[in-house]
Amino acid sequence: MRVSLTVNGQRREDDIEPRTLLVHYLREVAGLTGTHVGCETSLCGACTVLMNGRAVKSCTTLAVQAEGAEITTVEGLARDGKFHPVQEGFWEEHGLQCGYCTPGMIMMATDLLSRNPDPSEAEIRAALEGNLCRCTGYQHIVNAVRYAANKMRAAKGA
Amino acid sequence: MPVIPKFVGERIKRREDPRLVSGTGTYVDDVKLVGMVSAMILRSPYPHAKIISIDVGKARAADGVVAVLTGEDLRGKIGSVPCVAPAERVPFHPVLALGKVRFVGEPVAVVVASNPYKAQDALDLLDVDYDPLDAVVDPEKAFDKDAPVIHEEFGTNLCMRSEVPNPQVDEAMRKADKVIKFRLVNQRLAPAPMEPRGVVAQWHPGLKQLTLWSSTQIPHLLRSQLAEMLKLGENHIRVIAPEVGGGFGCKLNVYPEEALVAYLAMTLNRPVKWIERRRENLAATTHGRDQITYLEVAAKKDGEVLGVKASFVCDMGAYLHLLTPAIPGFSGLMMTGCYKIPALAFEQKFAFTNKMSTDAYRGAGRPEAAYIAERVMDMVASEFGLDPADVRRKNFIPKEAFPAPTAGGLVYDSGDYNLALDKALAMVEYKKMRAEQEAARKQGRLIGIGISSYVEICGIGPSALLPPKLKGGGWESATVRIEPDSKVTVLTGISPHGQGQETTFAQLVADAFGIDIDDVVVVHGDTAQVQYGIGTFGSRGTTVGGPALMLTVQKLQDKMKKIASTMMEVPPDQLIFTERTIAMASDPSRSIPLQQVVDAAYGYKMPIPGVEPGLEEKTFYEPSACTFPFGTHVAVVEVDPETGVVKFLKYVAVDDCGKIISPLLVDGQVHGGIAQGIAQALYEEVVYDENGQLVTASLMDYAVPKADMLPHFDCANTITPSPVNMLGVKGVGEAGTIGSTPCAVNAVLDALKPFGIRHLDMPLKPEKIWNALRNAKKA
Repeated sequence: MRVSLTVNGQRREDDIEPRTLLVHYLREVAGLTGTHVGCETSLCGACTVLMNGRAVKSCTTLAVQAEGAEITTVEGLARDGKFHPVQEGFWEEHGLQCGYCTPGMIMMATDLLSRNPDPSEAEIRAALEGNLCRCTGYQHIVNAVRYAANKMRAAKGA
Repeated sequence: MPVIPKFVGERIKRREDPRLVSGTGTYVDDVKLVGMVSAMILRSPYPHAKIISIDVGKARAADGVVAVLTGEDLRGKIGSVPCVAPAERVPFHPVLALGKVRFVGEPVAVVVASNPYKAQDALDLLDVDYDPLDAVVDPEKAFDKDAPVIHEEFGTNLCMRSEVPNPQVDEAMRKADKVIKFRLVNQRLAPAPMEPRGVVAQWHPGLKQLTLWSSTQIPHLLRSQLAEMLKLGENHIRVIAPEVGGGFGCKLNVYPEEALVAYLAMTLNRPVKWIERRRENLAATTHGRDQITYLEVAAKKDGEVLGVKASFVCDMGAYLHLLTPAIPGFSGLMMTGCYKIPALAFEQKFAFTNKMSTDAYRGAGRPEAAYIAERVMDMVASEFGLDPADVRRKNFIPKEAFPAPTAGGLVYDSGDYNLALDKALAMVEYKKMRAEQEAARKQGRLIGIGISSYVEICGIGPSALLPPKLKGGGWESATVRIEPDSKVTVLTGISPHGQGQETTFAQLVADAFGIDIDDVVVVHGDTAQVQYGIGTFGSRGTTVGGPALMLTVQKLQDKMKKIASTMMEVPPDQLIFTERTIAMASDPSRSIPLQQVVDAAYGYKMPIPGVEPGLEEKTFYEPSACTFPFGTHVAVVEVDPETGVVKFLKYVAVDDCGKIISPLLVDGQVHGGIAQGIAQALYEEVVYDENGQLVTASLMDYAVPKADMLPHFDCANTITPSPVNMLGVKGVGEAGTIGSTPCAVNAVLDALKPFGIRHLDMPLKPEKIWNALRNAKKA
């Protein structure tokens, strides 16, 4: 069946099997392999993308559910060749090691900061509860999100 | 004039990260090839059953299906999944089950179809008729006379028994004021890297060349083993470990799927991809730990430990994977920890059970050892009413004693255990916390303070320590090439998958040649590009790969100095590398640009006697000994008596990994290690029910900790350089895991002490604590 949606600002129309999961649509049809699959059951969050600005687990969302929606993946965050503050924060604060959970973490953190521009450590940890990381022990991820929060607020104030 | 390091020791952002934060890294599942088809594996739902028949007809006829194969189709075509570690009984380990299944998740058949959806559809059409058999689940019951036998050819479930006797232990028991006896369990864990395993294979029929992408920690060792399994020359196989999303030991292995997908690509003449699903990952990727230990500890009233006697039962699972029977040995040898315990004896029995194989998992034998040693110290403290910190001090190997031979027959390279303990206690404000604990207890609050002083073995090591059947040794390799434009390419034999040596090694190289870190590219994980190497495991990347790199750098420096010496008419030993020049140490204004030396080496228009053209050197570095990182972790926890929930009030870690090249990355390694260690202490456990069915087959049931289940870690270091290698480094990949498990357990049990609770086995889940408290209150 036909699905039309916007991915990282580009409108697309594709013929897909109705059962196609959003993550497979993004990875296999749109060719955006930055979004990862870690558990196929919504538990690990590696597949997190933004749908109309809110984080969703793309491994348990059908592509057809995204009909007409705006999807943002990790590939769509940078602007004019510059990293998004959340991407920058993860780099700056060593918020990743193997990198597999990172795109999902970044998308979740982006969602959090759009709702809460100045989250506390506890709020960050609570917000990331649907995203597993096996490498970092989360502390540097918390630092990364704090870094991004500060940077984004400073930019707004400027 | 010494050259001041610009990068080594500094907080350097990782050079791996730009691709990883932008979604442009290439993991196995991101590899796409023309004509590629998808493989999916049907796995046994039974822990132990005879295969009566497999009906593949419907699946073969299904839409999009390219092939369906069972074990019988592969008979004699692919060799056994290898185990290189010595054992008395090593069963044949088929790629697809033959006649019988022996654990839940064992591969039974494979379907290849045009895409994963169609492969899954066809998988559902396979019809297997099983005759279920009784299963062996509890390793302690595996040796019972009436236990079902898993491998009939052996007539027993005993894989091996080993013994390290010592008559002095009996003497120690006689001299002791008290012999403390207890039983400890290091429960079975799942490494659960965020990226499951995955394999892509491509066969080039004209060249008879196989290219195999695998999410592995050991591309070269995998190539060697695949060559054997597939009866193919090693020069006909290229293994690529692309971006690898975590390993933690479970990708230090050779799996059925690697050989199977290669075989499929070769026989179907099409690229084949197999991506492990999480359910498969939890069932059929190697597990870790699973050791039961019975201990007898000879102790004096003043806390001195005179001897330890241990008896282990170690669960191998149904088959032996690459190093399965080699792991428990470390637990025995390292069991005396940081302590000058004079007498050690142990016996280990290795059991086959109807479960997934165990093998290396972050720490691989040493977390078990540290858990034993640190529970022993707390048991002794508790028995005689002593402060746990004092008992540790009483038994520490003093810093003057290094290099220190141990009761386990090892020689610790260097250490200052008091220094790390004192620093950790100061950071946690130990005395103050003890007073607060006392006050809190009076109010009915359960606060506990746990200490763990650990030591572990890294940088393995001298090749003689590795299993004789392992194709490689304990050495590591490096090639360094200065390209004609002065940029540097490093080819390292290690295979980092999150550890960050693209950064660490670039720091070392940039400082050595006086160039910018961005002028260095570190290549790894491709057997067609990189000389034979051993890989990344056992905290060996920087400890063994680092010296291999720097010895190579020195060879290149020597050559370049020779060339510069001719050009500058200055003796080579008076030259240094600084600011993209080669300069006179005594007068850096007398210098020659690095590029001119490189031009001379490549252009070679004026031949230099005794110097070959080009700038490339290589080293295979064999370490002379192992390294022994150490440290002290202290946790303060509060247990909620109503719910049994454990909350961390403080977590302090002081780790000594020798010299530090990249402090930010060391912190990252320690953090991640602590998280996995706390996970063992409090949360994680692979559960098979009494029939052998896997209960923890999803991340809903297997409790990988989330961000809000872990505390903030307050980390610091002491620095005791290792004399074993030129960098003075000891390794840090596993330290956090090894230190943190006993620390967290000791803290919780300290909180429960007023209730007379002596010991609880991990994981210390709320339910277990709540029940223990309830039973204690009843009593």
